[in-house]
Amino acid sequence: MKILSSWIREFVPGITITDRQLADDLTLRGIAVDGVFDLGAHGSLFEMDITTNRVDAMNHYGIAREAATIYGLALKPLDASLPPAKATAKPFSVRIEEPKLCGRFTARLLRNVKIGPSTGIVAERFRLLEQKAIANAVDATNYVTLAMGHPTHAFDLDKLEGGIVIRRARKGEKLKTLDGVERTLDPDDLVVADEKKALGLAGVIGGWDTMITPETKNILVEAAWFDPATVRRSSKRHLVHTDASHRFERGADFNAPPVANALVSRIILEAGGAVEGELVDVVIPEADARTAKRASIGFRVSEVERILGPTEDGAGISAATAVDILRRLGCGVEDAARTETTATQRQDLDPSRASLGEPPQKSAPSGQAVTLPSWRLDLEREIDLIEEIARVYGYNRFRNTLPPFAGTVVELPWAEKESTVRRTLLALGFNEAISSTFCAAQDAAIFAREPDSAVAIGNPLSEEAGMLRPSLVPGMLEMLVLNLSRDVDDAALFEMGTTFSGNPENGYARVEERPTLAIGATGHAFGGGDVEFSDMKGAMEELLSRFAARSLYFDRFPAASGLMPAWLHPGRSARAAVDGGTVAWFGQLHPAEAERRKLKQTVWLGEVWLDRLYKQELRQPAVRELSRFQAVRRDFSVLLPERVTYAAAAGAVEALAIPEMQSYAAKEVLRGGKQIPEGQYSLLLGVVFQSNERTLREEEVQEWSRQVVGALETLGGKLRA
Amino acid sequence: MQDDGIPALRGWSEAELDAAFAAVAREVETSARALTSADEKEEFRLRWLGRKQGRLKAISDAWLKAAPAEAKKPLGQRFNTLKALIEARLEASSAATSMSVPDSETIDITLPGRRRRLGAEHPLIRTQHEIVRIFQRMGYSVGVGPEVETDYYNFESLNFPPGHPARDTQDTLVVAGQERKPLRERLLMRTHTSPVQIRTMEQQPPPVRIVIPGKVHRNDAADATHSPIFHQVEGLCVDVGITFADLKGTLDHAMKELFGSSVRTRFFPSFFPFTEPSADVQISCPFCGGAGCRKCKHSGWIELLGCGMVDPAVFGFVQQKQPGYDPQKISGFAFGMGVDRIAMMKYGIGEIGLLYSGDLRFLEQFA
Ligand SMILES: [Zn+2]
Repeated sequence: MKILSSWIREFVPGITITDRQLADDLTLRGIAVDGVFDLGAHGSLFEMDITTNRVDAMNHYGIAREAATIYGLALKPLDASLPPAKATAKPFSVRIEEPKLCGRFTARLLRNVKIGPSTGIVAERFRLLEQKAIANAVDATNYVTLAMGHPTHAFDLDKLEGGIVIRRARKGEKLKTLDGVERTLDPDDLVVADEKKALGLAGVIGGWDTMITPETKNILVEAAWFDPATVRRSSKRHLVHTDASHRFERGADFNAPPVANALVSRIILEAGGAVEGELVDVVIPEADARTAKRASIGFRVSEVERILGPTEDGAGISAATAVDILRRLGCGVEDAARTETTATQRQDLDPSRASLGEPPQKSAPSGQAVTLPSWRLDLEREIDLIEEIARVYGYNRFRNTLPPFAGTVVELPWAEKESTVRRTLLALGFNEAISSTFCAAQDAAIFAREPDSAVAIGNPLSEEAGMLRPSLVPGMLEMLVLNLSRDVDDAALFEMGTTFSGNPENGYARVEERPTLAIGATGHAFGGGDVEFSDMKGAMEELLSRFAARSLYFDRFPAASGLMPAWLHPGRSARAAVDGGTVAWFGQLHPAEAERRKLKQTVWLGEVWLDRLYKQELRQPAVRELSRFQAVRRDFSVLLPERVTYAAAAGAVEALAIPEMQSYAAKEVLRGGKQIPEGQYSLLLGVVFQSNERTLREEEVQEWSRQVVGALETLGGKLRA
Repeated sequence: MQDDGIPALRGWSEAELDAAFAAVAREVETSARALTSADEKEEFRLRWLGRKQGRLKAISDAWLKAAPAEAKKPLGQRFNTLKALIEARLEASSAATSMSVPDSETIDITLPGRRRRLGAEHPLIRTQHEIVRIFQRMGYSVGVGPEVETDYYNFESLNFPPGHPARDTQDTLVVAGQERKPLRERLLMRTHTSPVQIRTMEQQPPPVRIVIPGKVHRNDAADATHSPIFHQVEGLCVDVGITFADLKGTLDHAMKELFGSSVRTRFFPSFFPFTEPSADVQISCPFCGGAGCRKCKHSGWIELLGCGMVDPAVFGFVQQKQPGYDPQKISGFAFGMGVDRIAMMKYGIGEIGLLYSGDLRFLEQFA
C-alpha cells in the first residue's frame, strides 16, 4: 500500500520531524514502512506493509491516527460537512432484510451531477499514488477509501427500479459485475438490490448495469457496514478479491459510513449538482452493540507487568503510562472501582472474563474498564490492550532477560540413532541431499512399499508433484539424473526423510508417516572403479552393523513374491533382514526403469526402513579377550559348482563349529579363464585358527583343515592343486 | 688406498706411547670426518680394519714387533682402545648412512593425494543442528511432529478460526479426498512447525521448554528465495512468570550465539494469530556490522524471525486436555525461524532451489 507523507501531515499538522524519521517511528510501532521514496515538493511516498489485523491503518487517516498516538499530537477531524440539501417529501427507501449480515447502510441522493475527469487534489494525489483515474464520481469513492479506508459505492440512480433492498441472493440469480463477468449468485451471497434486481455483491463488487457512465445525471452514494464473514465467503466463492472485500472482511469501522458517504458526496459535488434530502442511515442496533458500542473490557495494570516484564529504565510501565497510551489510542479508561474490587465485581464489569471462568481472587488489584474505539475491532481482550501498550511504548524499551529454568532436557528417543546413521553414511562417502516431498503419480505407483498406498494431494503444485512420496527412491533417482545431466558422473547421495502412506479407499482417513533412508551411487563415486553391488552391500553392512540385532542376513526374492520391489534388477539386488524382518533393499536399478529415464550409466540404489531399524538398539561396544597365542592361517583353494553360493560354502565351514576357528573370508573369487572349468568357480578361502589358552599343535590344525576340505567337498567342491 | 707409512714411535714410556697413539687417533678422526656414502664408509673400514692391508694391523704389527716384552701389555691395551674408536666412528657413520636411499626411489610429492572423501552434511541439516544445539544448551528439549497435520492443529488451535483472513497468509497444500470430513479433521501439509507447540503442551503440563525443527510446505510459487518446501525451527517456553522481556533476552542470546557476540537484535510489532504481543526480530547485519552492505540491502539490519507471547486463546485450546495451562497463572513465548533463510545467509547461497536439487557440485562444498 502506498501512502503520501504530505497527506499524513495534513491530518496531523503538529508533525515537525522528517519523513524518514516518521517512517522509522511508525515501523517500530508495527506500522511498517518498507520503503521511502522522495517526491520532491510533494514530500515522500511510503511503501507500507500493514499486517492483516490492522485494517484500520490501511489508509491515510488511519496512519495519521497512529502518528498522532505515537507523538501525542492532535488529529484533525474529517470534514464531513455538505451544502444544505434540497428537501424531499419522503426519504429514499432503504430496507435491510438481513440484519445479521448488513449492520448499517447509508444512502444519499445527488442530483444533476456532472461526470468528467477528476481535477485538483484528487487528480494530483492519484498521480502521486499511481492510482488510475476513471471519472470524478468513481474516483471519489476510491479517493475516500485511500483517505479514510471505508469502501463506498456510487450508483447511477436513474438505473434503479425502486428503493434499496439488502437481501440474500436468490438461488441462480444472475449479476453482471463491474469487471464484466456474468455471475450466478448463491443464497449465501448478500446483495445490494433494488425492488427488481441485484445491483451489486455486497461489500465485494458493484454491478455493471448501474455503474456510473458519462451520461449519469443522478447518483446514489452508498456507504455501509457488512458482516466480515459474509463478504469473505462471497469473495472466495466468486474468486473476486477487491480492495473493498479486503477491508470489509477484516472488519470495517461501524461509525464510518456517514462520514465516508459525506466525503464522497463532497467530491462529486465539486463538479456540480446538489444534495437531495437528508442522509438515509439505517442502523441495526444489534450490530452497533457488537461493534462500535461493544462492552468495555477489564484491564489490570498488574497484567501488563506479568506479561511484559521489566523495562530498560527499570521503572516498568506505570499505571499512568498505560492509561495514557490507551487514551491516545482512542480508548476510554475508567476505574472499575475506587477501592479494591472483588473478583465478582470485576466479572460484572467484564463479561468476557467471566465467561472464561476466572477463579475468584482475594484482594485483586483494582481493575479498569476500557471502552474501545469503533475503528479497532481487533481489540477484544485484555491481552490486546497489553499488546497495544507494549507496541506504543516501544518493544525495544523492554529489558533483555533470561528466564530461570529448573527442568530437564529430554532428547528424542531416536535422536542418537538418527545421528549414528547420518554419521556412518557421511563417513562412507555419501553426501546428504534433500529432495521434494512430492512425486508424480506414476512414480508413486512404481515405488510405493505397498500397492495403492500413496497419498494424493488435493491441490498439487504441479502434475509431477501430485502425490506425497511413498518412497525416497524417485527423489533420489531424480537427483542422480540431474547430476549426470550436469556432467557430474560420479555421485553418492543419501537422503533421510519422511515417506507417506494412506488408504485411498477410505478417503485417506489417516496418513502414516515413516522415517526412511535412501542411498544412491553411480560412476566412480568412491574413488576406485565403477560402483558395484559389493560397494552397496558393504555400505549396508557397515550401516546395519551399527545396530545391535541378533541376526543380519541378505537374501533375494523375485518381485512377484512381494518381498522385493520390481524396480530393482532381479539378478543384482538383495534384501537385508534384521532379526528376520526386512529393513532394507538395494541393488542396481532395473534396466527397464533405467531405459525409461534414459540413464546411460548404471545406477545403484538402496532404501532403508528406518522405522524398523530404529526399533533395534544401537550396538554398544563389548570388548572380547585378545589371544596371547600365535594365530595359524590356512588358505583353501577350491573349485565349486556355480550353483553353490559363497554363503552355502561359508555355511558348511561355519557348521563345523570349530571353536578355534577365529575367522574365515573369501580372499579371491575367479570365474572363467583356462584354469576354471565351465560351470564352476574358484574360491580362495582363508581361515584363521587361534586359541586363547594355548599354542595350537600342528596335528590339530591338520585335522581341522581336513574337516574344512571335507565340508567343501560334500558341496561338490574340489581342492585345487 | 693411500700408503701413509708407519708413524714414528719415539720410545716405550707411558708419555711417549700416549703421544704416539694420540697422533694415530687424530688421523682416525680426520679420516672419519666425511663418511656419508656407503662407499666412503667401506673405504674407511678397509683402510683401518682391513685384514691384510689395514692400517691398524700394519701399525700394531710394526710396533709390537719392535716392542720390548714389558711394553707389549700397555701397547696392546692402547691398540684395543684405538680399535674401539675406529669401530665407534664406523658405527656412527653407519647409523647415518643406513638412512640414505637411492635417488631412484624419490617420488613427486606434489601429485594429489588419493582422498577417501567424507560425505558432506546437508547445509540445512547442519544449520538446523546448530540452531537446535543453542537452545538445548538453554534447557530446551527437542520435539517433532507430523508433516501431515489436521486443520485443527495447524490452524484452529493456533487461533486461526475457520474462514479467518489470517489463513490467507499461509497458502496450504491439502490432502485429497478430505471434503467429507469436519473441517478440523481435514488433513493438510503443515504450513509451519507451530502445531507441535500444541501437541507438546497437550502431552506435558507446564513448565515446557521445547525446540522443534522440521520440514513445512506452502502452496507458493518457487523463486530464488521462496520454495514450496522449506524448514523451520520453532521454540516454545511456558512457565509461571515468563515475560516479553524473557523472550527478548532469549532470542538476543540465541542470535549472538548463532552469528557472533557483536550482533544486536531489535523487535518490531507484528501479527501472528497465536501470539500476542507478536514481534518480528531483526539482527544487525553480521556481514557489515550494521554499516550497510548488499546482503542487508544497505539497511544494516536483516529480518530473521517471528515471535511473541503465547496468545491466551491458544492456552484455552490446550486447556481442554491439560488444565494446567491457565492463562491467568502461566505465560509463555514462542518463536519461529526459517532454517533455509539462515543457511542461505550464513553460506551465501543465492538460490533456495539449490538446497533441494541434490546437485553434488553444490553439496560437496559443505564437506
Ligand atoms: Zn550488511
